Amino acid sequence: MNNLLLIAYLDLKESLRAHWFMIYSLVFGGLIALFFIAGITESQVMGFSGLSRLLLMYIQVTVIILPIFILITTVRSISGDRDSHILEYMLSFPISLKQYYWGKVLGRFITVFLPVFMAMVIAVVYGVFQGADVPWSIFFLYTGLLFSMSSAFLGIAFFISSTVKSSEMALGISFFVWIVLLAFIDIALISLMLQNRMSEGLIIAIALLNPMEVFRVAAISLFDPELTVMGPVAFYILDLFSQGVFVVLSILYPIFVGVLFAVAGYRVFRKKDLV
Amino acid sequence: MIRLNNVSKTFGTTCSLDHVTIAFNQGDAVALMGANGAGKTTLIRLILGYYHPSSGSVRIDGRDPIKERTEILKQVSFVPQLPPPIKLNVGELIAYVCRSAQVTEAAIYQYADEMRLDIAPNRGKSFFKLSGGMKQKLLIAISLAKQSAIMIYDEPTANLDPQARDDFYRLLQHNEQNKLALFVTHRIEEVKTIVNRKIYLDLGKVVSDETC
Repeated sequence: MNNLLLIAYLDLKESLRAHWFMIYSLVFGGLIALFFIAGITESQVMGFSGLSRLLLMYIQVTVIILPIFILITTVRSISGDRDSHILEYMLSFPISLKQYYWGKVLGRFITVFLPVFMAMVIAVVYGVFQGADVPWSIFFLYTGLLFSMSSAFLGIAFFISSTVKSSEMALGISFFVWIVLLAFIDIALISLMLQNRMSEGLIIAIALLNPMEVFRVAAISLFDPELTVMGPVAFYILDLFSQGVFVVLSILYPIFVGVLFAVAGYRVFRKKDLV
Repeated sequence: MIRLNNVSKTFGTTCSLDHVTIAFNQGDAVALMGANGAGKTTLIRLILGYYHPSSGSVRIDGRDPIKERTEILKQVSFVPQLPPPIKLNVGELIAYVCRSAQVTEAAIYQYADEMRLDIAPNRGKSFFKLSGGMKQKLLIAISLAKQSAIMIYDEPTANLDPQARDDFYRLLQHNEQNKLALFVTHRIEEVKTIVNRKIYLDLGKVVSDETC
């Protein structure tokens, strides 16, 4: 086992024992599984609109909870180890900074993605046993979207974690990032549009830069591209792009954001004082 | 072996190490002393490649400890003053050390035995849940098992009882020949029988360097 995989493996084992991981799995995974199960079973009884409503609830939960969970659990990965002098000891062994950093990224990615993915798997298995038709296209799209959104926020979290010296500061910045991105989904954008202080193109560009908005629009688009609940910005975006192009973009763009921030975080980690 | 050439390290407006030029050679057993904030820890961290010097250079066997950290750290053992709250269990920590530093488990067990620490019943326990003394003994056993040419101990006996301190110094005497050992200490009485050089730091400068 090379050192990168060793770090990833140990980080994974450490996370699996942590209280935050148990809460993460129970609250988030359980909630998603519940929504999925409810959506699949309800759809046979209530028809299309019932499923849309339930999945919309699911999307709202995912958009809000997943980023903040990833940020607050990951952001202390390096800054917390630095605060508690764990980094000082662990890096006194011949492990390269590249192996340490990317090993942590890999381990933490598996930790945050696995419960979310497993929740969907459980939901699908439950649906099969209930005799429901499994919406495979939705399942695969959601897997891709959750993978890409996990990548985006994991990269941002590692960037914050390696840039900031104290874990308290890292937590504060995480909340700030989350609130800003949350604000710039439709609610803030609608008010900007209403006030007409910015051009429509700029508002759409802001929306498309936000991985949370991209996730939300892509998640809605597969179910009901003409439904008004998606909001005016989302409607405009889906009018601008074909659904296929936007789905591909919505998976690739957050991964790009995540990789970009993770690489930037690594460069900072390598260039700055380690402890 | 280790050469610091005109090294300064500042943090904001605070100068922690001020144009220090010093060399440590094979066979040196050095007591690094000084008041809190004198620059001892900064000096150690520069040697370990954790800090980038603000000016000057640090070389270990002619190599840069930042650019060639893995090669340098293969020959360095380090024990911090306070064992960090590592969340791995003891078995995982030992696995980390063995795989990253090519140390054998048998060697760690052997030195742990010499330090009167029985690893086997504690293997599944989280490292941070061990008592302070047990943690320090394990870190000392790991440092000795690594058989490094450079051994750095930052107040290593702070958590140890008198018996464990005696065990530690006895083991060191057997293991420090032809090596370089650096001890950050406030208690010169404890290490005076094993050091052959005493360095005093104050306000980031070397104020005294005595061979004994």
